[in-house]
Formats: sequence, structure tokens, C-alpha cells
Amino acid sequence: MSGAKLDAIVVGAGHNGLVAACYLARAGLKVLVLERNDYVGGAAVSRQLYENFTYSNCSYVCSLLRPEIMRALELPKHGLQIIPYDGGCTMMSDGGHLAIYDNHDALRREISRHSQRDAEAYDRYSRDVMRQCKFIKPLLLREPPDPASFRPRDIRSLLDLGFRLNRLGSERIYDTLRFWTMSAADFLDEYFESEIVKAHFAGSSIIGTALGPRSPGTAYVLLHHYMGEIDDTVGAWGFARGGMGAVSASLAASLRASGGTIRTDAGIDRILVHGGRAVGVVLHDGEEIRAPLVLSSMDVKRTFLESIEAKELPGEFVQQVRNFKIRGSSGKLNIALDGLPVFPAIPAGAPCSRGDMHVTDTIEMMERAYDDWKDGTWSRAPYIDMLIPSQIDPTMAPDGKHYMSVFVQYCPYELASGPWDAQQRKAFGDTVIDTIANHSPNFKSLILHAEVRTPWDIEREVGLTEGNIFQGELTMDQLLFNRPIPGYAQYRTPLDGLYLCGSSTHPGGGVMGAPGANAARAVLRDLGRAVTQ
Amino acid sequence: MSNEREPLPHYQEPLLQTPFHDRARALSQLDSFIPWSGYTTVDVFTTVEQEYFAIRNAATLYDLTPMVKYRVAGPGAQRYLNRLVTRDVAKLKVNRVSYCVWCDDSGHVIDDGTLFRLGEDEYRLCTAERQIDWLLDSASGFDVAVTEVTEQIAALALQGPTSCAVLKQLGLAGVERLKPFELRGFEAGGLRVTVSRTGFTGDLGYELWVAPEDAILLWDTLMTRGKSRGIRPIGSRALNLARIEAGFLAPNVDFVSAERTLRVGSSRSPLELGLGWLVDFEKGHFTGRRALLEERRRGPRRQLVGLDIDGNKPAVNALLYAERSARNEIGSVSSAMWSPTCKRNIALAMVDVPHITPGSSLWADVYLNRELVWERRMCRARVVERPFFAPDRRRATPPADV
Repeated sequence: MSGAKLDAIVVGAGHNGLVAACYLARAGLKVLVLERNDYVGGAAVSRQLYENFTYSNCSYVCSLLRPEIMRALELPKHGLQIIPYDGGCTMMSDGGHLAIYDNHDALRREISRHSQRDAEAYDRYSRDVMRQCKFIKPLLLREPPDPASFRPRDIRSLLDLGFRLNRLGSERIYDTLRFWTMSAADFLDEYFESEIVKAHFAGSSIIGTALGPRSPGTAYVLLHHYMGEIDDTVGAWGFARGGMGAVSASLAASLRASGGTIRTDAGIDRILVHGGRAVGVVLHDGEEIRAPLVLSSMDVKRTFLESIEAKELPGEFVQQVRNFKIRGSSGKLNIALDGLPVFPAIPAGAPCSRGDMHVTDTIEMMERAYDDWKDGTWSRAPYIDMLIPSQIDPTMAPDGKHYMSVFVQYCPYELASGPWDAQQRKAFGDTVIDTIANHSPNFKSLILHAEVRTPWDIEREVGLTEGNIFQGELTMDQLLFNRPIPGYAQYRTPLDGLYLCGSSTHPGGGVMGAPGANAARAVLRDLGRAVTQ
Repeated sequence: MSNEREPLPHYQEPLLQTPFHDRARALSQLDSFIPWSGYTTVDVFTTVEQEYFAIRNAATLYDLTPMVKYRVAGPGAQRYLNRLVTRDVAKLKVNRVSYCVWCDDSGHVIDDGTLFRLGEDEYRLCTAERQIDWLLDSASGFDVAVTEVTEQIAALALQGPTSCAVLKQLGLAGVERLKPFELRGFEAGGLRVTVSRTGFTGDLGYELWVAPEDAILLWDTLMTRGKSRGIRPIGSRALNLARIEAGFLAPNVDFVSAERTLRVGSSRSPLELGLGWLVDFEKGHFTGRRALLEERRRGPRRQLVGLDIDGNKPAVNALLYAERSARNEIGSVSSAMWSPTCKRNIALAMVDVPHITPGSSLWADVYLNRELVWERRMCRARVVERPFFAPDRRRATPPADV
């Protein structure tokens, strides 16, 4: 360090830590970001693990990153480019498929192949999802109001929420309240009759979530994934050019341009607390770094249960942190391919293979996949979200070769049979590869390299507790003013000077950046500084 | 009759071609096609002006095939439709057509369209939007079958003062006795065609319905026999001008279907759309009745009205104000044009109560593009009765032999 006194330390150079740091640095604070890995990005990374291939190792599509943040932090200027992809598909066990296309008429005719009624109900479904998104959107970049605080700010914010709810009219209030609590399967049943249509749309209700499509609360998770589409602008859903690490790289560049500093290979041992105040951190090698403000982008459990001594915290609070649901349920395969796999279920020339591909054709299959997870093993027939970004982004793989990203639901953090080991990991990877190979005869012969990541690996490498991609389940009991802990939903913590800025806080996970931006604004407000949007 | 080439699959060619496509393609001088209900259709053939004046002066052909068509049949068809639409379907006789709207439970318009009674228990509902899910949901409890027949029927609108004369040239005996909103089947020269005296132009005109395999024969016969009566094909742009003059509403232009609206307050009731005359509260229960009764009691807050605006620049997308100083915004324009026939600057607009009565004076801010320099003009606008243009010939039976 140059010796100048730090104003704030941000723990973790994931996208939310970097977003928070950027906002603080732009407000004139001297900010240091500490990252335990030798690369920045957390779960938004691009790494080369096989020659000339770039993997989006963890997160793999960019839909939720708030455009307000991209604009405020000048991320396009710092190299970030989001490129849209067209549609997706679910391949069926009988050799058929359902594709999703951008063009409304193509999509209607496609869904009509399975059910004409569903093709036309799709418009009503989109309308209702969009209505809910429009209601929630203004809440994303705001501190959630605390209904119990009675502070003027919270009361104003609650009144505003109530006013907007009231303006929806009685029927939509009922819809909204039902939507936030019902299961994705029940929600989809209200619109569609065709199993394949329901299964396709149900996918996003379970991604990253230790719940099945029939579990209450999963309708909201489905909505959470739709949030990226609400801008109605080109590029709302897509790939970050250069992989998801491009998001972190542009944030790091933006931070440095505002005078902020990042130190990698600098994992913290603990947060220093003195007299009920966070005063700095101690690194693994014993180095002490002091600053009046500490922002933790680690999840709430890692922050309070592993980085702060329990005696410094209120007992009940520690208990609530322990009870916070943050369960590992997803795995990931990154695969280097010697060519483009053939999927006979998809007609040659159909653009749907350039989007998200799936092979789970009934909700029942998803629910059974969840049952395996509950039994402490990975799904024998997993739900996979498979993309080949190199078809669109030429920077991901050498010419003629392809990078495939395979997100896998469900995979437990702990196996009933014992701890994860190399053999178990390989068996998990083989299950996924076999699942894909069932739909692609040349797939196995194309594999040059595969990175297999279980929740246990993700926790170990990225630091997410149990490898939970959202830093905590997105269920109503852990959303808004309940996220992460009732009474501590506004980025502040029981310790003065310590703030949370990761996805454990409102509005939750996904490469959205909103928790980081909101936390930075809470800090600036407490400092009495001007807060800009 | 098949088109020149096999169409590509939907993911490579999302839009279908109508059975008239090859003829339209050949006559389209501008290659100006637009999507309409899943089909590619002509926006402009030659010039909008020539096509528009043919509607008001001679005879025009407009390809109606993309209009969504449902067959509603069965012993419960009439009771089903009476529950669905706001008008009294029991009054619709066989071989008659009725303009209808239908609403959701909140009394907001889902769509408007024309209902043809083809037989005792058989109807055809022509709509702007596809909505089989709504029609089937509404059918529960009724002995009725609802099926989409859009692709099974080719249709042409033949509109204009010489349209009846053209049909007589085709040898459709007695076609001149067809009254407005009446329909009848004809056979002439190997052609089986159903003719309804309906249309979207507010002028004398007919709509012709044939099997897709007869489409080209119908087109060719009309174009040949109608030549001396000035027949020409028109695109959507010219038709849109005629429909504004006739005061007809265009879905997704003048209102958005309640099945599509995202924002609270964007859906419209028939009363707000000035279609209260289509709502029959006495006929018994229909979907949306309770909400519409309540709205009638309370009085609508806004209504769609016709405007006559000073100057000759179309008040496209203009905001409306109660006073020239633009302090109180009271509505906005949804359709606007300079009417070449009426020589009036007309518009359809949604306006807040109490400014909806004919004679009310409002102000429109009209934006003028003067060689790429935009200027804003506050223009006086008066609420006037619709339609703006309603020639007697549209109703005369038999029509004048021109």
C-alpha cells in the first residue's frame, strides 16, 4: 500500500464486491479490495484450463446485470459487451423437441406443434410474468424497507410499496401474493396443458435452488430469472463477450480508473472487531489491514460464522445466521469440444442450438431429480442447462472448436455415501456426460477436456457456502426485508462499520450487481455523502 | 394453386404466405411487405395515395386471409357466444353478420371482431388476435366446438363505390340485393364464393370468402372482370386511412387487448372505447357484465372520441391538453391523419371526462418536421361525432350501378 489511509476494505473481488468498491471509489473513498484467489471475479470468471479455450467457469449467462450499474460504472467503456443469444430448446426422450425462438410468430408455430392452446396461452403467461417483474423491478436497486423499524425512511418506502400494490387493483394484489408463495408447477398449470411446454419453462424455477418444481416458492425463482428481460432492450439476455470474467474484468478496470486497489492472493483470516466496531481485517499470513469501513461480499454464513468471533456478535443473531438456508444443489461442467456436437432431435439449421438446451421433458422428471438430491446423491437424470457460447462468441474457443457450459441441477454438497472424492466427482461428471450423449451420438468423441465442479468444489474454489450460487435460497422467508436476517436487511450488521454487499442480501443472487450497489449507497448514506443512482 | 416454392420451416421463415401471395408479390412495385397475424402481407403496392383514392372512387382488393378466424359450432353455440360477447347474439339471424367486442371478467376488452352466423348452430368469429385459450376456457360448460380455421379460408375485401358492379361482372346473380351485414353463397364460372356485405372502409364494400384452392381463380377473375371498374390491390397503409375516416378502431393502435396489457390502467372497457352501444345489459349474463354495470353506474373516466384539429398536419401521438398553456394533460391521440376526402385533420383519441362531449374544445401539441427541424404547434382540437366520413352509398340497397 502507498501508505495513505484506507477508507474502506471490501472483502472478496466477486462482481458484487467490485460493484460496491466502484461506487465507493467514485464517491472519493480510498478503497482496497481483497481477494483470496489469484484472479478476480468470484463466480463471474473466465479461465483458461485447457489450451486456447476460455471457460465461463461458474456463472455462464448474463441477464440480470442491472443496466443502471453498467452505465454508472461505465462498464462498456471498460470493455464489457453483452451479446444476445437466440432462444433455446428442450430435447425430448421420444426424439422430439420444443424450441424457443425470439420471433413471436416462429415461437407460436413452434409451441403449436405441441399444443395450439399453449401457443396462445404463452402470451398471457408472458404478460403475467412481466407484470410481476414490473412490480418488483423498482425494488431491485433500493434498500428493502424494514416493516418493523418505524423510521421515516422505512415508513415512506413501505407506503410507496403499499401504494404501488394498491394501484395494481385487487385482482393483481391477489396474483402477486400468490405468485410469491406458490410452486412453479402450480403456476405453470394455470397456463399450459402440454408437459413439454411446462417442463421447459419450469427449468428456471429450480436453477440454483434446493427445491423441486412442486415446492412452494419456486414460482418466484422462475421470475427471478426472468428479471433480465424486463428492459425490453436488445442484449438483455446474452453472453458476456469473452465469458463472464469480462464482467469482473470491466469492473476491475472501472475500479482502478477511479483510484481503487485490488490485491489478489490476499484471503482474510478474520475481520478485526474492536468495541463493537469493525476496524479492519487480518490476512491469512497475519498481515493486519485497518480501515474504518469493512464491506463483506462473502455470504452471510462465511462472514459471521467463519470470519468473526461469535463473542463479538449478539447470540440470537448468530443463531439466525446459522438458520439461514444456503444449500448446495448445483454442479457445473465446462467442456472443451473438438467440434460441434450433433443433436438429432433438433432440426439442422434451427437456431435454437445456439441458446440454452435441456433434456428434461417433464416436471415429474425434475421432481424425481430433486428426490435424488434429498437422498444425498446427485440426480441420476439431472436437469441440465447447456450452452455452447463459442457458436456466438468467437473468443471462447479456437476456430472450429467449441466450448460447452453445462449447469447441473441437482448435486448435493455432501453425499450420503461419504465425502466427495476424485472417484465420486468423476462418476458425477460421467452421469452428466452420459445424459448429454443420450441426445448427441458424437458428443463423447469430441471431448478434449472437461472441468467437473461439485458444490463442494465450488465452495472450496469460490468461497460460496455449500456452493450455493445465490448465497442463500431465494424463498419468501429469505427475500426483501428478511434477507439475510430480519432487522439486518439493509446491508448494515450488528457491528458498526461492517456491511454486507454480497448476494446474501437483497435482491439476491445472479450476476446482477444490485446488492453491491445498494450496499455502497447504504455506506455513503451513513457517511452523510451524496448518494447518486 | 400452390406458391412458387415450398415455404421454409417456421424457424427460418416465421411468416406464412397467403394463397394470394404470388399475385400480390407480382403487383407489388415497392416490395413493401409487413407481418400481420403470422402472415407476410403488402403494406403498399404502388403509392398510398393512389390506393386510398381507389377505395373512395373505384374498387380495391385487400387480402384479408391473415384475419384470425374461428369456427364456433354446436347446439350450445348461441348460448356460448352470448356469454362470450357483450351483444345479444340471439338477435343475430342466419346469414347475418354482427360487429362485437368481448371482455374479461373486469369488463376490459379482449378483442373486437365480426361474428358471422353461417347456420342454425354454426358461427364464424373473425378476430384480430389469436386467443384459442380464452375461447376454449370460456367454452367450459357449453356444448360447443371452437376451432381455428384461419388457414382453411382465403378472404379478400372488395371495397369501393364500384365494388358491387365488379361482383355483377362476375355473374353473381342478385348480389346487389345483399343488405349491409348480410351474407350469401354464390356460384359462378366454377367459383364457389361466400359474399358478405361487410368491410373496414366505411364505404360500399364486400368481403369474399373462398377455399384456399380457389383463391387464385377468385383474384384473377376479379382483376380481369373488374378492370373497367378501376379495380386495384391495396395494402394496409391505404386501408388504415379509410378505417380512420370510418371511425373504426384498430386493435393495438387505439386499444390494447386486456390479454396483453402490462400496466395498470392500460386496459379499456367497451364504454371507454365508445362502444357502449354494443353492450346489452338486458340479455342476461355475459363475461364482464358485473364490472361494466358498475362502470356504467359510476360513469367511465375517459372515452375514445373523434377529433377535428386545426391545420393540416396529422396530430400523430399528440398529447391533449385542456388549455393552450398545456397545464392539464387530458388525453392522447392514438390514430391521426389528414383526410383527403373530408379535407379535415382528423384523429381518434382517448380523452378524460368531462372533455368527451361533442363540441368540447381541447388543445393538441402537434410536432412538425420542417426539413428535419422539429417545431411544436399547439393546435385547437374539437371533439366531433364519428364516423368522419359516411357516404350514403355504403348502405344503399341496391347500390348505384356505377
